[in-house]
Parts: sequence; structure tokens; C-alpha cells
Amino acid sequence: MTIVKHELRQGRTAFLLWTGSIGFLLAVCIFLFPEMKGQMDSVSSLFSSMGAFTAAFGMDRLNFGTLIGYYAIECGNVLGLGGAFYASLCAVSMLSKEEKDRTAEFLLTHPVSRTRMISEKLLSVLIRITALNGIVWLLSVGSIAAIGETVPWKELNLLHLAYFLLQLELSAICFGISAFVRRGSLGIGLGVAVIMYFLNLIANITEKASFLKYVTPFGYCSGADLVANGSIDPAMAAIGILIGTAGVIAAYLKYTKKDIH
Amino acid sequence: MDAIETMNLTKYYGKARGIINLSLTVGKGECFGFIGPNGAGKSTTIRTLLGLISPTSGSARILGKDIVKEKTDILRDTGYLPSEVMFYPGMRVRDILKFSADLRRKDCSEEARKLCERLQLDLSAKAEELSYGNRKKVAIVCALQSKPSLLILDEPTGGLDPLMQHEFFEIIRERNRDGATILFSSHILSEVQRNCTRAAVIREGQIVACDSVENLAKTNARRITVYGAVDLTGMDGIRDLKSGNGSASFLYSGDVNVLLRRLSEGHVEDLSITEPDLEEVFLHFYEKGGEQA
Repeated sequence: MTIVKHELRQGRTAFLLWTGSIGFLLAVCIFLFPEMKGQMDSVSSLFSSMGAFTAAFGMDRLNFGTLIGYYAIECGNVLGLGGAFYASLCAVSMLSKEEKDRTAEFLLTHPVSRTRMISEKLLSVLIRITALNGIVWLLSVGSIAAIGETVPWKELNLLHLAYFLLQLELSAICFGISAFVRRGSLGIGLGVAVIMYFLNLIANITEKASFLKYVTPFGYCSGADLVANGSIDPAMAAIGILIGTAGVIAAYLKYTKKDIH
Repeated sequence: MDAIETMNLTKYYGKARGIINLSLTVGKGECFGFIGPNGAGKSTTIRTLLGLISPTSGSARILGKDIVKEKTDILRDTGYLPSEVMFYPGMRVRDILKFSADLRRKDCSEEARKLCERLQLDLSAKAEELSYGNRKKVAIVCALQSKPSLLILDEPTGGLDPLMQHEFFEIIRERNRDGATILFSSHILSEVQRNCTRAAVIREGQIVACDSVENLAKTNARRITVYGAVDLTGMDGIRDLKSGNGSASFLYSGDVNVLLRRLSEGHVEDLSITEPDLEEVFLHFYEKGGEQA
């Protein structure tokens, strides 16, 4: 577990910044809810009459006046996007940074097999993402309790679980990419997260592109669907798990044979 | 059993040449020099031996183990000092040394303390604040603190001041006396001459000579320095001719009688005939198409 500990120590600042920022923004949104609730009638009608924009964010099917409706949209934007960025950035540089920062020669000439190194690095990504989600979940529950609202446990847990799954999928894809690239990986990580996010917006806007929901992990994180159905779409989640698994397998296959420069 | 044995080891980077059919053996307990100009293939050989890159063809065994299949076992007993080394920002020297020891699952704190003392290394310095020389010192301690039985040193003295170089070689000689095998890559020939018993010369990815340092330095060529007016044009066996200020200095490997006759035709004020130093002997290996003197 030496590499796990080392990675967690190396990524400590980024972890604290991202967790703090996401947690803080989510808490702010929740603390704004009591004030917003009184004006929700007009806000809801405004939000539900913005055509494609409304559909893109699933606001046509969620009631902005309820805590869970409000939370599903806010959560989608803050935890969805923030978590996706963090997971992608953290995973995409995990293997490639050793060559980029020229530390590979140091690390890989120690008696550590490449397989073990990949596994420990992957585990450190998993720990970071799990810890971020755990802390953010606690902050959310705490904030909801603090404003005196009843915690909608089932829906809230489902939303957080979906976003956790999304982050795992994105990080697995980016981890796979990380094995192939030597530099410029951060741009790629950011690009993957942004493209996936916009694919979902497009899928929400036009019926013709709705198949894109099966491509992007944001597809199974739609707050409206989650709240309405009470479950994560199993087909979309299964595809996500498959894509993520492929990313991890690609990382092992490539990096165990890769020439390190 | 040899410490290192390579058999037709070849590495191509796409179409670019790395090393070609490289075969050499380094005996246990030997201090072996690996000499060649920049880009000759020294680092490629070392990186292949350490499993950082895979050979295109051929094979190699280190301490009796296959470099591809038993890479991790080999690294357990090998200390490597890269020519250029970078560490993780934010880590202090003591953290880097501890991290390296932990990766080897060994407690090396006592040996690390001794080495740091000898190399005057500040344990509390941060990685990003280390100079090139100090980074080198950290890498030396990382390579040596586990007392490996094989040491692979790639251009080890770069960045070290003369006093530290002296201390470094002192440590290396001690390790060698204690039984460690040393593969020492360098383009500084005097370092190899002073510290190694055998050496191989690599040029354009191929071994062009491999013998004891003594034999490699043996040559029938002589350094001739003539003061006066002598016409040397058209003579065979003259290399590295430097003339000016009424003198001419050259390496001569032709017939001595022919040279003496030619000298007697001119006006010689003074004459010296000496054995060339190792640097001069080896220099022709570096030149494309050069032959052994």
C-alpha cells in the first residue's frame, strides 16, 4: 500500500480543494432553498417555459418548489459537473504524470510490478472519489437538516449513488487514457468530462439524439428520471460499467507493456 | 553465474536504432565500465536491463534472472542511479528516502543516515528546491541504502563537485570490495580507467570493443611530439596531428624506421615519444568508422 499512501499524500491539496468547493457550493444551494421556496411558483413557471434550455436540464419534469426537485437540479450541476471534473482530472494524470514529470525512472526501478503499481494507483483514485462523495453526502444531509427540512433519504441517496457511479465511470475511462498518453493529459481529462456533459444536454434537447444517453454517464444521472423512477436505469448503468471496465482493462494491457521514456 | 549477461539484445524505437545485437557479460563482483558518446545506446541498454523498455529481440539475464519475466525480482537486488533524476514535488529528502525504502519493503534508515552524512545531504530540503547535484545525491542514497548486490550507475558524477565525486567513488569502491557488482556507464574515460577493471565501448548501438581496461588501453601507437622543422606530408599511420609554434604532435602507429628517416631529413630541435593516455586511445571509438589503435 506504499503507492496508495504516496498518491493520497500527493493529491491531498487537490482533493481538499475540490471536496471543499463542491461541498461548499452544495451547502450554499441548500441554504438558499428556504428563501427560494417562497418565490417558487413564479420561478417554476419561468424555468418550465424556457423550451430547449428547460429540457436540457430536466427542469420540465421536476418541481422546483420541492426540496428534492430543487436539489436534483442543483446537485446535477454542482456535484455532477464538479465531481466529473475532479474524477476525470484525478484519473487522467494518474499514470501519465510519472513520465510527464520524469519520476517514472525513479518509481519503476523499484521492485514493484507494473500490475501492482497500476492497482495501487487505481485504488487511490477510488479512495479519493469515495471520500469526496462521502464528505459531500454528509455535508448535504447536514445542510438539509440545518434548514429544518425533512431529508428525502431515498431520492437523495439515489442521486448521490448515480453521481458516484458517474465519477467512477469517467475516472475509469480517463485512467485508461492515462496509460496511453505521456503529456497533455489534463486537457484530455477535462475534455472527456465536458463532452460527456454536453452529450447529455443534446440528448435531453432533441429526441433524435436521445440514444446519446446510453453513451454518456450523465444519461443515468438525470435527476428527473431518478426521482420519477426511483431507480437508476439498469441498461444505462450496465453500459457505463462496461465502458468503465474496458477503460481499466485497457490501462492494465497498455501500461504493463509500455516503454517508459 | 554472471551478474549480467546479454545475448544479441536489440532495441529499436520504431525505425530508429537503439541498440543492435548487444552481447556482453559482467561477472559477479566486477566493476564494469560502459563507455560511449552521447546517443550511442548506453542508456537504452540500461533501461532495457531494468525493464523500463522491452527489447525488440534478444535476451538478457541479471543475477541469473530473465529481464522480461523476472523483472521485479531483479529490481529487488538492484540499485539504479539514473543520469537525470526528478522527485515528487512537496516531498522532503527524508520522505523520498523513506518512500524508496518502503517500496523495497526494507528499513534502510541506518544506512541512509550514514550515506547522507558522507554526502552532506540535508534531509529536510524539499524536492523542488534541490539543485541538480543535490538531486543526484538523493538518487545515490536511494540506490545504495538497501545495499543491493548489483549497482547500475548511469553517468553518476554529473552535477557532483570534485570532493563529492571523490567521496562517491570511495563509497562505490567499498561496495565493490564488499562483493557488489557495478555497471558503470560514463563518457568520462578517466573515471572508468580509475575505477573499473573491464569495460565495453559502445558506438551507434553496437559494442565495438570489450576487454580489460588495461588491454583496451594497450596500443602500438605512440604520441610523438617534434620541435623543429619536419615535413610529415604523405606519411602513413599519423592521426590526431596538431601543429604550430614550431612543433608538431601526433599519434603514430606506422613503421618507426620510416618515421626516423623522415625526421632525420628535417631539422629536429627536440623530440618526445610517449604512450598515449586512455582518453586518446578511446577517442577514435567515438568517431564514426574509427578502428582500434
